[in-house]
Amino acid sequence: MSGVTVIGLEVHLQLNTASKIFCGCSTRFGASPNSQVCPVCLGLPGVLPVLNRQVFLHGIRVALGLGCRIQSRVVFHRKNYFYPDLPKGYQISQYDLPLGMHGGLELAGGKKIRILRVHMEEDAGKLIHKPDGGASLVDLNRAGVPLLEIVSEPDLESVEQAYEYLKTLKGILEYLDVSDCDMEKGSLRCDANISLGTESDRLSGTKVEIKNLNSFRAVARALAYEIERQGKMRAEGEKIQQETRLWDDAKGITVGMRSKEYAHDYRYFPEPDLVPFSVSAEQVEEVRGALPELPRARAHRFAQGYGLPAADAAGLTASRATADYYEACLRKKSVSGPFAKSAANWMLGDLAREMNDRHLDGINELGFPPEHLVNLIELIDSGKISGKMAKDVFMECLASKQSPSEVVKVKGWVQVTDRAAILAAAEEVVREHPQPAQDFRGGKDQALMFLVGQLMRRMKGAASPAVSQEVLRELLGKKG
Amino acid sequence: MTILELQSLYRQGKTTPSKEAENFLRRIESWEPQLHAFAWFDPEAFKRQARALEQGSGPGDSPLWGVPVLIKDNICVEGVPTTCASKILAGFRPPYNATAVERLKKAGALVLGMANMDEFAFGSSCEHSCYGPTRNPWDRQRVPGGSSGGSAAAVAAGMTPAALGSETGGSVRQPASFCGVVGLKPTYGRISRYGLIAFASSLDQIGPVTRTVADNAALFQAIAGFDPRDSTSANVPMPDFSKALQPALKGTRLGVPREYFGEGVDPEVKAALEKAIEELKRLGAAVSEVSLPHTDYAVPTYYIVATAEASSNLARFDGVRFGHRAKSTAGGVFSLQEMFTRSREEGFGAEAKRRITLGTFVLSSGYYDAYYARALKVRTLIKQDFDRVFEKVDGLVTPTAPTAAFRLGEKVEDPLTMYLSDIFTIPVNLAGVPGLSLPCGFTKAGLPVGMQLIAKPFSEETLFRIGHAYEQATEWHRKEPTL
Repeated sequence: MSGVTVIGLEVHLQLNTASKIFCGCSTRFGASPNSQVCPVCLGLPGVLPVLNRQVFLHGIRVALGLGCRIQSRVVFHRKNYFYPDLPKGYQISQYDLPLGMHGGLELAGGKKIRILRVHMEEDAGKLIHKPDGGASLVDLNRAGVPLLEIVSEPDLESVEQAYEYLKTLKGILEYLDVSDCDMEKGSLRCDANISLGTESDRLSGTKVEIKNLNSFRAVARALAYEIERQGKMRAEGEKIQQETRLWDDAKGITVGMRSKEYAHDYRYFPEPDLVPFSVSAEQVEEVRGALPELPRARAHRFAQGYGLPAADAAGLTASRATADYYEACLRKKSVSGPFAKSAANWMLGDLAREMNDRHLDGINELGFPPEHLVNLIELIDSGKISGKMAKDVFMECLASKQSPSEVVKVKGWVQVTDRAAILAAAEEVVREHPQPAQDFRGGKDQALMFLVGQLMRRMKGAASPAVSQEVLRELLGKKG
Repeated sequence: MTILELQSLYRQGKTTPSKEAENFLRRIESWEPQLHAFAWFDPEAFKRQARALEQGSGPGDSPLWGVPVLIKDNICVEGVPTTCASKILAGFRPPYNATAVERLKKAGALVLGMANMDEFAFGSSCEHSCYGPTRNPWDRQRVPGGSSGGSAAAVAAGMTPAALGSETGGSVRQPASFCGVVGLKPTYGRISRYGLIAFASSLDQIGPVTRTVADNAALFQAIAGFDPRDSTSANVPMPDFSKALQPALKGTRLGVPREYFGEGVDPEVKAALEKAIEELKRLGAAVSEVSLPHTDYAVPTYYIVATAEASSNLARFDGVRFGHRAKSTAGGVFSLQEMFTRSREEGFGAEAKRRITLGTFVLSSGYYDAYYARALKVRTLIKQDFDRVFEKVDGLVTPTAPTAAFRLGEKVEDPLTMYLSDIFTIPVNLAGVPGLSLPCGFTKAGLPVGMQLIAKPFSEETLFRIGHAYEQATEWHRKEPTL
């Protein structure tokens, strides 16, 4: 038997503060190596950390956004280990008193995933290994960039749930606007813990930690790989080691780290350079009062206000960018009625499919701004193009970066509404398919659809479906 | 020459910083070969500072204008080698001044040089230095105390009117006592730790070393006070400490803790203290016996808390970015692990290694609760001892150290005995309260004995008031060692 899958995820979120967590250096990404450093983030002797207040406020914002309780006292700890990218030989982090505890979020199916803790810490620098193996270089621009660590309880039961949890979490974090949540830049990072338990005791399995997961896809692939690996080991009666494994994205496998590389005793103790301080209820309430509308509330509003089905509303609001896109479309049109639903259909259908196929993180990367979607729907509604043609227009817009109107003009893709032209084609169709024509006359309404399809085919999709139906009905002696 | 005497001469126009620089240089030339109190000294740079000062405005009302101050080798001075007397920091010149140094410079003081010390302030004798030991000006066969031994010896020998030391567990007061000078350990949070190379962050404080209490107050006034760059710095008002310097002690309640006069205290030290207490009474103080029941636990508690923090604070000395890095053998590439291990193996001295090992152990998983967590609880009890006693008295009088200066090499092979020479100073650091050591007599062999005054947090005024009144009534501070 394969056992019950138990997954917990640790997410590291880089905050978008202008300066680092304990000094005034810039946090800008992509600057030349070691250009954004000072004695404090270089860990020079004698200098001291001073907490950036914005980090603490962002931390509370995220913790509240994830439904956590805010601890009344802020205490930092030192996590001690040696590594060249860690200038002080310890990371200032939080340990037994994290900023927020015991929150959670809900997946689409209603399953609640508990969040154990949200805490503040500083990022480390980066090592750059010379390709010839001759030297390793240290870039400390990232050292001291503020991070939040968000740790879930081991409530996830499948790869799909883990993926959905990450998507949902990222959605909420985007709404909170405290990070650019960009996995490629490393501003959102994820480590996974996975074990296989039994029906009677789901937490009885040995936990394996997977690191080096650089995209949501990598998380899903690595977890799937690991479930299979551990399942096979169990089936063969092998003992699963508690260890840290690295995901190799190119090979699609996880590889165990040598024990020396992870067997740390971090010797946590309270950071004596930072005095513990209290968080007042008023401070927490102030941050809570400034929280934006979060995905669930927005979905509810979308369903109620725009008359959308619950599933559509949830789909549109999972990402802040998508929801903003949708509302930008609506601002250019009426809020209710067929437009609201058509825009939703397009976004959840063709636009979502293309984003997915192109592995895009956000709707804004598609190169198809809200006014283009409005334009496209208007072309359909006004009968200038058919729904079927619209799909081609959309694809051409993505390829050429032109607006739908421009595409239609340049390509000459205009819907044929000329009754005479359609009638001529309809007569041909009826002649070629006497049996369906006979069936229709005999009362089989579905036969008309077949004939319309044939008519479309003959006219290469340009015929107006509405006019085509009308013409065929007249031709076959049955007014619609 | 004291700070205030020097200041008076400057104001009357009787001398100039350059002339005084020459005078101190002559004094240094004769004494330094005997004592070895300096870790770094550049006479030309010193003279240049004096000349530059003369080009600018006059002394104004700054008591430190034109006053040489020797800086302990663990307090960062921009562009000057600051090495904690450790090979691992060889060649390190900080690109910044410690806040205390910055304030000294602003007040017109001259940075004389860097004072020798026990490596990373780990020691009570100034023998654990990569530059070799400093000697006691009163008896060159004896230690000056430590870790701020260079600072105290230099002031005692008159090579400088003032010095900065630092304390983690008695490192200013004990050498002040051994050398017959005045040393203050301020309330934790009074003087910014920015730029003080950390030993144990929750205990460390910079402290002034001077010849008189009035000088000490003047130096303290210039460098203390809130600093936003140090989160543990206290935002508490700074009074004018010179106003505390009154001759009488009428109405002052002094406590004598019985735990500080028991076994292990040298009879001559005890006798000197008893005489000093009589003098304080004569000056109007009401003296009563009090108790600090957890005193015995202070040294073991300290060696857990302080070494734990030190093991972490010293992790940054890894050979990656500055200081000593081991060379790979035979020009080959060596592993990261090897670079860390060998650089630290070669860079740290024996006492530093002992303390790093001890500190690493007490924080290790499985031992944390038994040692570190428990030590923090005992620390709270020790602090409560002081809180309770200060409900009844304004200050405490104790010996600074159980003995006068011991011989070089006498305790260096026996760390436990060495650690016990801080038995009366360490509780003050653990409690975070201020303590002042000042001379109160000499042994038959001619070695100074120090008296320690302790007061509640942020009442350095009380220490200066009691200390100054006593000093005015006695002659100990006027005695000088001879070559």
